[in-house]
Amino acid sequence: MSERIVELEVLRFNPETDTEPRFQRYSVPCMNEWVVLDALNHVKESIDPTLSYRWSCHMAVCGSCGMMINGEPKLACKAFLREYEGVIRVEPLAHFPIQRDLVTVIDDFVTKLKRVKPYLIPKEDQPVEAGEFRQSPAELKRYKQYTLCINCMLCYAACPEYGLVPKFIGPAAISLAHRYNEDSRDGGREERQQEIASNEGVWECSFVGACSEVCPEHVDPAGALQQIKIKSTVDWYKEHAMPWSKK
Amino acid sequence: MAKSNKPIVWGLFAAGGTVTAFLTPALVLLTLLPVFGVMPELLAYDNLRAFAGHWMGKLVLFGILLLMMWHAAHRLRVTLHDFGVRADGAVAVAVYLAAAAGTLAAAYFLLRI
Ligand code: SF4
Ligand code: FES
Repeated sequence: MSERIVELEVLRFNPETDTEPRFQRYSVPCMNEWVVLDALNHVKESIDPTLSYRWSCHMAVCGSCGMMINGEPKLACKAFLREYEGVIRVEPLAHFPIQRDLVTVIDDFVTKLKRVKPYLIPKEDQPVEAGEFRQSPAELKRYKQYTLCINCMLCYAACPEYGLVPKFIGPAAISLAHRYNEDSRDGGREERQQEIASNEGVWECSFVGACSEVCPEHVDPAGALQQIKIKSTVDWYKEHAMPWSKK
Repeated sequence: MAKSNKPIVWGLFAAGGTVTAFLTPALVLLTLLPVFGVMPELLAYDNLRAFAGHWMGKLVLFGILLLMMWHAAHRLRVTLHDFGVRADGAVAVAVYLAAAAGTLAAAYFLLRI
């Protein structure tokens, strides 16, 4: 195992004492196979205990360690140091207000997530004795990829449209709505459409595609949004050109 | 929240994008052929004129031109928005009027052939 000194340039901001964020340099002795999160942990343990950041699982499942690494939204626990040369710049996720150091305020995302009702709204009520709702592998395949989202918000940091228009519901929340819409057991699509087929919903998206590029779980949120656009267009024609057709 | 009315223009945009993506390479190729001295009989002026003269040819050409123009108009609207032009209403009126004018012109010239 070889060691190397990594220069980290970390954004610092303490709302109690600072008026402006600033950068702080750390020289961190690192193992070659470390990820950026290991380097941050080393800073916190042995160099500067005041550094704040979020993390939990260290294995790309909890979604809490998202940050900008050299300007790109990444999971710090999946960003290998060997892939970087020179000074590594670490900043909080773009497009979110900073709470402290690398910790952001994520209320906006959480509120939007709630708005799209990301849970199963059963088509029909069924007594427990009736047994489980059955689903074929083909029906599972329709939405499985969208269940993989870990709510890391990298896609929001990557999305220029969200940066420009903060009221845009955004990639992950809309993809999660799609996940339930595509579920054969679900009957809540019309309720979700009220949010996601609005101007602040899928129609704010101009298909830049950055969300799908940065998504660590290969959810392909951009794909979900385009599918929703097609279905909402079909809806629109049904509702306006053929008002007699009831879905 | 109210559902958006953008599907009207987006439907034309998506259909136009698909048509354009398929046709542009073919058009580029066909334009390059004469440059390399290949001039298929099929593309001779009289043949193309006869194609545009038939009512089915007119219909095909009109459909393609209409979709391409509405695609371009909507693309321009979104691009301007991405560049920070916030007067979306005015931009929409301008680009869609241009597409409508183009559509009418296409119909007029096709009908004259
Ligand atoms: S869609 Fe991908 S990038 Fe966006 S929050 Fe979910 S896992 Fe993260
Ligand atoms: S620490 Fe859980 S995703 Fe990185």
